[in-house]
Amino acid sequence: MSIEVRNLTKTYPSTSGSSEPFVALDDVSLSLPTGQLTALLGPSGGGKSTLLRIIAGLDTATTGSVEIEGVDATSLPPQRRNVGFVFQHYAVFKHMTVAKNVAFGMEIRKRPKAEVRRRTQELLELVHLGQFADRMPSQLSGGQRQRMALARALAVEPSVLLLDEPFGALDAKVRKELRDWLRRLHDEVHVTTVFVTHDQEEAMEVADEIVVVNQGRVEQVGSPDQLYDEPANDFVMGFLGDVTRLGQVRLRPHDIDVAVQPGAAGAHAGVVTRMLRVGFEVRLEVEPDGGGGAVSVVLTRSHAHALDLELGSRVWLTASIGAVTIPAMAAV
Amino acid sequence: MVELNRPLRWAVRLLVLGYVFLLVAWPTLAMVRQAFAGGVGKVTALFGQQEVQHAFLLTGQVAVQAVLINLVFGVTISLLLVRYEFPGKRVLSALIDLPMSVSPVVVGLALLLVYGPRTGWFGPTLEHWGVQIIYSGTGMIMATAFVALPLVVREVVPVLHEIGDDQEQAARSLGANFPQTFWRITLPSIKWAVVYGVVLSLARCLGEFGAVKVVSGNVIGQTQTATLLVESQYHAFAQQSAYAISFVLALVSVACIVVVSLLRPKEGH
Repeated sequence: MSIEVRNLTKTYPSTSGSSEPFVALDDVSLSLPTGQLTALLGPSGGGKSTLLRIIAGLDTATTGSVEIEGVDATSLPPQRRNVGFVFQHYAVFKHMTVAKNVAFGMEIRKRPKAEVRRRTQELLELVHLGQFADRMPSQLSGGQRQRMALARALAVEPSVLLLDEPFGALDAKVRKELRDWLRRLHDEVHVTTVFVTHDQEEAMEVADEIVVVNQGRVEQVGSPDQLYDEPANDFVMGFLGDVTRLGQVRLRPHDIDVAVQPGAAGAHAGVVTRMLRVGFEVRLEVEPDGGGGAVSVVLTRSHAHALDLELGSRVWLTASIGAVTIPAMAAV
Repeated sequence: MVELNRPLRWAVRLLVLGYVFLLVAWPTLAMVRQAFAGGVGKVTALFGQQEVQHAFLLTGQVAVQAVLINLVFGVTISLLLVRYEFPGKRVLSALIDLPMSVSPVVVGLALLLVYGPRTGWFGPTLEHWGVQIIYSGTGMIMATAFVALPLVVREVVPVLHEIGDDQEQAARSLGANFPQTFWRITLPSIKWAVVYGVVLSLARCLGEFGAVKVVSGNVIGQTQTATLLVESQYHAFAQQSAYAISFVLALVSVACIVVVSLLRPKEGH
């Protein structure tokens, strides 16, 4: 195991007013194998960044221990943990050139000059910034700065690479590019990587394994498929995708079959009250006859067309075969 | 930007220019004219006098040492105030501002109370060990450093806030220890604030009068600084030399500020 986190708890003294201390992490234990790309996924303020920063040594835990590559790192300062850290807002050294930024860790370690120069150039090629070596960071775009920060973190050959919302400050298109690129980079470099994100699509697309963190606790650990197909609880199901309620179960809107005439046993009859087309998909809201709140349904545009759906259509809804369902709580 | 209509714009300009002229420019010009009223020869002759040379030398020595002390402590205090949480932080922050609001004469008297050789709280003990603070260079440096204490801190603190600690954390995660982080990351980032603080302090220290007057004893040729000399010359009805010395003092301070504004990189480069 590359990273072993045991019974980690982090509390902050209460801010003025409440007497209860704020619990950022509540008895978290986690083990992450060597070479894996892991996502810490959860809503903002759920404790995932705190967990990452404690692994890096940038924050200290109230209780619990952190082990990196078999060494107890709980009380080691960050500079002795051999981790690479990438910050959401890049944290570039503004007064240094791109090459100097990347070389920083190696110069601190007093590597021979020739080696530093060669490796800096290699890393800049790796992140496609080969021709920007002599620029200042202020002359780079956000995506380029983050790639530089990544090269800088990789330069010290860390045993663990930690990324804190690495694409959070970038626009949607660059974000998507960097995401693919991070996946490919990881396949090339194979360093144990943990990244924090609140974007479930990002986590599902990039990570080998996802750790869902909410309110200071680990809700579920598993591969993207496991999490999507077998969510451990309501929260994980809701966080990984849209959820709607059909009769006594909760399920995903695209896991509902729509028919325009009765037939299937146990079908819920209702009327289409809203219809919205977004790109290739059509989102419906169906008011069931028995009441109980509108049901969201998603189907492809061509399917909706084939069924000749429109506002006010009568439809019969059933859960698809193999749909992931969990029992609905009483009184939602 | 608020758009003002034309007459109002001119009125505002005139008001501001008039204010600055009456308050700063005119008196300064008048002083320069007075300084050179007897011709350039008289001024150069004045600076040939040993007592004048000594006063300027002493002023320089006291100012430079006070500035160096404030540089080290100012940067340290700024880091402490911005990067660390500790009990009494707000009290410390308020204490730093104290020299700004208290008259320098009061500072001098306060130092006298603690370090005065005969009646001071701590002075007689020090005197017993052979250390004299009041009526010596040490006391003058202390008084000057006290008065100029906030200048470096108040320049550096906002810049430290602005740059945040991201870069420092990144340096630490890349293996830099505290001194390496400070010299390679923090100091280059606050460089211009430090330079500006030092220059302001230097200008302030060169011109310090009240506190130094109380603790120095004003002994001609020994503990008389340039500002004290100005006063004694003025009272001795040697107004022209008083103005000439004032002129040089003002010139040095202005030169300091001009040099910095030339050195300072353009905003938003």
